[in-house]
Amino acid sequence: MSNNQQKIVITGIGTFSSIGKNVEETLKNLIAGNAGIGKMEHLDSVYKDEIPVAEIKMTNEELRAVCGHSEAHTLTRAALIGLIGAKEALEDSGIDLDDGLRTGFVSSNSVGGMDQTEMVYLNYFKENPDVTFLDSNDCGAGTEKIADCLGIKDYVTTISTACSSAANAIMLGARLIRNGVLDRVLVGGADCLTKFTLNGFNTLMILDREPCRPMDDTRKGLNLGEGAGYLVIESENAASGKHIYCELTGYCNTNDAFHQTASSPEGDGAYNAMKNALAMSGLKPAQIDYINVHGTGTANNDLSEGRAITRLFEGNIPRLSSTKSYTGHTLAAAGGLEAVFSVLAIQENVIFPNLRFKNRISELTIEPVTQLVEEAGINHVLSNSFGFGGNNSTVIFSKVN
Amino acid sequence: MAVYIKGIGNISPQHTFDNDSFLDDFIEYEEKFLLATEPNYKDFLPAKSRRRMSKIVKMGVTAALHSLKDAGIETPDAIITGTGLGCLKDTEKFMTAIINDKEKFLTPISFIQSTHNTVGGTIAIMLKCYGYNFTYVHRGFSFESALMDGFMMTNENESGNYLIGGVDEMTENFYKTRRLLGRFKDEEVKNTELNSYKIPGNIPGEGASFFVLSNDKTTGKTYGSLDAMTTFYRPKDNTAVEKEITAFLERNNLTLEDIDCVVLGNSGDKENDEVFLHLQEHYFQKQIQTYFKHLCGEYYTASGFGFWQAVKIASTQRVPDSIRLNEIDRPIKKVLMYNHYNKVNHSLILVSHVGV
Repeated sequence: MSNNQQKIVITGIGTFSSIGKNVEETLKNLIAGNAGIGKMEHLDSVYKDEIPVAEIKMTNEELRAVCGHSEAHTLTRAALIGLIGAKEALEDSGIDLDDGLRTGFVSSNSVGGMDQTEMVYLNYFKENPDVTFLDSNDCGAGTEKIADCLGIKDYVTTISTACSSAANAIMLGARLIRNGVLDRVLVGGADCLTKFTLNGFNTLMILDREPCRPMDDTRKGLNLGEGAGYLVIESENAASGKHIYCELTGYCNTNDAFHQTASSPEGDGAYNAMKNALAMSGLKPAQIDYINVHGTGTANNDLSEGRAITRLFEGNIPRLSSTKSYTGHTLAAAGGLEAVFSVLAIQENVIFPNLRFKNRISELTIEPVTQLVEEAGINHVLSNSFGFGGNNSTVIFSKVN
Repeated sequence: MAVYIKGIGNISPQHTFDNDSFLDDFIEYEEKFLLATEPNYKDFLPAKSRRRMSKIVKMGVTAALHSLKDAGIETPDAIITGTGLGCLKDTEKFMTAIINDKEKFLTPISFIQSTHNTVGGTIAIMLKCYGYNFTYVHRGFSFESALMDGFMMTNENESGNYLIGGVDEMTENFYKTRRLLGRFKDEEVKNTELNSYKIPGNIPGEGASFFVLSNDKTTGKTYGSLDAMTTFYRPKDNTAVEKEITAFLERNNLTLEDIDCVVLGNSGDKENDEVFLHLQEHYFQKQIQTYFKHLCGEYYTASGFGFWQAVKIASTQRVPDSIRLNEIDRPIKKVLMYNHYNKVNHSLILVSHVGV
């Protein structure tokens, strides 16, 4: 029987992205306003000089060295990035995996080991190909590698709902605890840059040739990024006596049921996700102190999300920003990274600015925060993640008194 | 709270689409891999969208719509999909185009359709379903994760109808590349001879199995109840598997005696099937034993087919000869499915007959 009232708390966080190899470095860059968007150095694409990305400036070999795991040579880039981020979160929580409590791993990604597959695929049809990464293309492969490296085995699964994936991993983790399946769960997502996604988004004509300008009237699209964001969530009982960052007070996933790749003009799915997550948290819209918006920088998303926020929060629009102006859009990792940023906003009592904002979107009356806000009085943060397939997710984090 | 199976849609290499029949005939194959016997999609999908859809989307959406119709439901409260490989054909298409044309002259269609949640998203758009919509993509846990989610959802809410399912498609290139790992049989084998173990490897397959779950026993039909389920990861040996099964039964206040029939995931690969053979011989001695992968082949969401078989057995209280592994007969009330994929992803699902 499920216990929908059981408190879910955050006891560990881990990040790895173009703005930092761990939480400490990431926080420093968020506060200093240092974006990770620039010229492509490691992804071998014909668009190297044309399309900026938010890349982790390390080769796979360098990532393997950082992992230091004996199995690291069999991990693809997304799994390597994921392992580094997930390990930080797990260690931060101080979990002892042998203490008899049940621990799960719910991870998300969008294209699995595609970075390797797209390089060697044609070789598989030739004589005696190297098959090291042949069984690493699917999304579950990386999750299992990470789980095995970390020693988590009580529950393992992978979610892929495009760009809302990691928010959904957080939500599922909470439900697994509330349904008595697990006591604590390592949740989040990881993705790496691939030619597959770069070209996919390029054919959709939503990649900005400049560093992206989320929530700005002159926005021309998104920048792709890579990274990992993970959190350890636990039942209040399991976390007893531990350092608790904050509480997960609300979550909701809805569907826009409008178009495979576009949001509905009025952002109905986004509106419902935020509304229902608020209802679960028991908070009034006016109690939200900061929204970490999905804010990709595409014409369609930012307008639709902005309209949904305007409608739901009426006269009381919370301060908001898109941290994709730092990290680019890390797809299935985005919800994880931005959840960690939301936790940090509560922990540090700050609001990270929306970089490169100049002009308010002409159809809207809302504007993002453009300078770091300190002593920001943060009690409740709402984070949005929306994806292909009309998938809309909202999670809410609240300060624990 | 009890969870009932209210509707079924199953597309597989066998004739499984007609919910009034239960393996009345058996299609014998002698192929390297088994492909689904597809229904007439015209009855479910408008011509315009049908043309754009790859096989996995057509199979998945049609099986889903069929199960909803069977349950008498127009719009479910959640759409939960499991797929090990997602939209494989479109992924191969877009990736090959990138490689061959050096990242030029690409069109977005196959990229859009390659997204793993395309099936779930398409169902939502067609039904204008604004509810919860998740897609699980974890190898041999993909279907189980979807089923577990639906199971939890039924427990979390007072009422509701939850569409859950598993779908995977097979492609020629997938067969050609993955056979390098030695998991597939290298030559054509009769599916009736799956258990002969003449050559190593399984017979890969494909299919789409969707179900409607609800806690409402009275409205419409009820195929059976989903009483409990669990997954376990990388058990170290047969004894560990036995322990998991015993613990699962204990948690549900049952003993092995209470189980009347088992559905086992024998795949045709001797090494892989060792644990099934062990359980057949030493553990499930008093149970009716059945298997299913000679019908649907091996794939990440084959357990969706296995679940269908368990539900049909519980519902009809009948075991067709084509799925029997032993001669035992006893009245059927409780059916336990045990499957694993590649000895890594193991699952137990318990289904019961529901009397009227």
